[in-house]
Amino acid sequence: MGPDLKVVRYILSRLAKAVVVLLAIVVLNFCLIHAAPGDPAAVMAGEAGAADEMFLQQLKEKFGLDQPFHVQLWTYMSGVLQFDLGYSYRQGAPVLDLILDRLFPTLLLTGAAFFISILLGVLAGAMAAVRVGSWADTAITTLALVFYATPLFWVALMAILLFAVQLDWLPAYGMETVGGGYSGLDRWLDIARHLVLPAMTLGLFFTAIYTRMARASMLETAGEDFVKTARAKGLSEGKITRRHVLRNAILPVVTLAGLQAGQIVGGAVLTETVFAWPGIGRLMFDALLQRDYNLLLGVFLISSAMVLLFNLITDLLYLLVDPRIELAK
Amino acid sequence: MRDFWRRVAGNRGAVIGLVLLALVVLLAVLAPVLYQQSPWRMVQRPFLPPMTLDGFWFGTDTLGRDIGAGLAHGARVSLLIGLVSTVVALAIGIPLGAVAGYFGGRWDDALMRFTEFFQTIPSFALAIVIVAILEPSLSSIVLAIALVSWPPVARLVRGQFLSLRSREYVQAAVLSGLSSSAIIFRQILPNSISPIIVLASLMVASAILLESALSFLGLGDPNVMSWGYMIGAGRTVLRQAWWICVFPGLAIVLTVLALNLIGEGLNDALNPRLARKGR
Repeated sequence: MGPDLKVVRYILSRLAKAVVVLLAIVVLNFCLIHAAPGDPAAVMAGEAGAADEMFLQQLKEKFGLDQPFHVQLWTYMSGVLQFDLGYSYRQGAPVLDLILDRLFPTLLLTGAAFFISILLGVLAGAMAAVRVGSWADTAITTLALVFYATPLFWVALMAILLFAVQLDWLPAYGMETVGGGYSGLDRWLDIARHLVLPAMTLGLFFTAIYTRMARASMLETAGEDFVKTARAKGLSEGKITRRHVLRNAILPVVTLAGLQAGQIVGGAVLTETVFAWPGIGRLMFDALLQRDYNLLLGVFLISSAMVLLFNLITDLLYLLVDPRIELAK
Repeated sequence: MRDFWRRVAGNRGAVIGLVLLALVVLLAVLAPVLYQQSPWRMVQRPFLPPMTLDGFWFGTDTLGRDIGAGLAHGARVSLLIGLVSTVVALAIGIPLGAVAGYFGGRWDDALMRFTEFFQTIPSFALAIVIVAILEPSLSSIVLAIALVSWPPVARLVRGQFLSLRSREYVQAAVLSGLSSSAIIFRQILPNSISPIIVLASLMVASAILLESALSFLGLGDPNVMSWGYMIGAGRTVLRQAWWICVFPGLAIVLTVLALNLIGEGLNDALNPRLARKGR
């Protein structure tokens, strides 16, 4: 079997796995609706209030709530598979439309945080590892330890207090200046300015994790035989660090980052809430305030799908970065 | 054992962590004595800045509630939820990991798929959905945190069991006709307890972070004062009254930091061979 075929098979098996997980999440979603105290129809209608008797009856018929459990599950699943995530009665729009409207800002925010945290984490970890025991190492390690213990939402508030209120450097709310009327490049620059605080905040916790990870794995790699060989060949220390140690230390960080995609998406709920960032995390918070369960579960489903996508991308990145990876699995 | 304590005492981080945690525990235990009135009661004028009135070192919030009282009573909730949800997560993760690692084969495959599934779901989003649907209360919060934090336990225990199962003393126990459950609970589990303890102490820390995030979003138990709730309530007046948000946040950072330091200290003391280089 040629190497290309192997790669295709690997990608297909990953895709198949993602589909299975996604189906399982749909089932979990369904079970959660039924775990709610009270009538699932009332739950779907977003608690009583908006829902009168006739309306509930309609819902019951539509979802076959008087049918046996497995029939209900089937009705629900076939709906989801046709991209019908239900209707948000509070917002007066289909759940999928509401989510799609908000998808881009969240992808922008989480993507930025993802790359910032890997970049800064590897850089800081490398700086610490190169001078083990120095004051720079101590400072970086301590900072990483503190930020690893700091709640994301609190960092966000403190960042607003410092950079937006005290220093007045950066905007603290929203994604664009309201009524700014920018277009083209100016508009993107405006968005970038609004992105700085949320993305840095969201990335900080993960930067702390990756710093520790990168430092540890660089120290480990530095003791290995191929590094000793490089040194024996007379390569300069800087070259050894850049070419051999750093390259091998990045892999575990990328792996970890892929595994933690779910946490970044979860963190987006808090970040978007504090910074009024118009993404699906903020949407989830609104759904929470209004007890809009349909929307809540829809956001949960889509964010799970996003995580699967992130995982898939990391798998493929990994394939590019490290040719030694076992394709057989 | 004495050796163990000497190693812990020789670790500066662990000592700092133990002192910090002792202070938080003391605050939690003494809360009803220090602040006899409910932390929900209005006791002074609203927006009282810290250090302006005797007995109100931390100031008051938007409704004139004493922030000091909130900090003390919040410590109780944080520690309680951190501990209980970790115990529940261990109760889920240890048996699953033990069965997967001990029996191997199909059991292992099925249980590890199940674990992987739970690791893939965005855990914070799942916790939000669970608490929102079951209605916020101490028990639903504990359940939600436990349900999203058991997978690492299962994986760790499985790994331990896989490697210990082939040891001679376990083989001897199998040959002597001991039942599987006796081997699991009396032979293997006691020997894999130290990495579980390390993981558990780190889990208490992340459970406290998770609880604070949930109550920040308004998913805390409405009858119990918690640090996350205080920050969430003070968020809208951040510009006018920084202290409402700052003090509870510092309390969370110090508590979580203490637990992480202790976890790392335990790790170094229990697995001296694995102690990280460069220390």
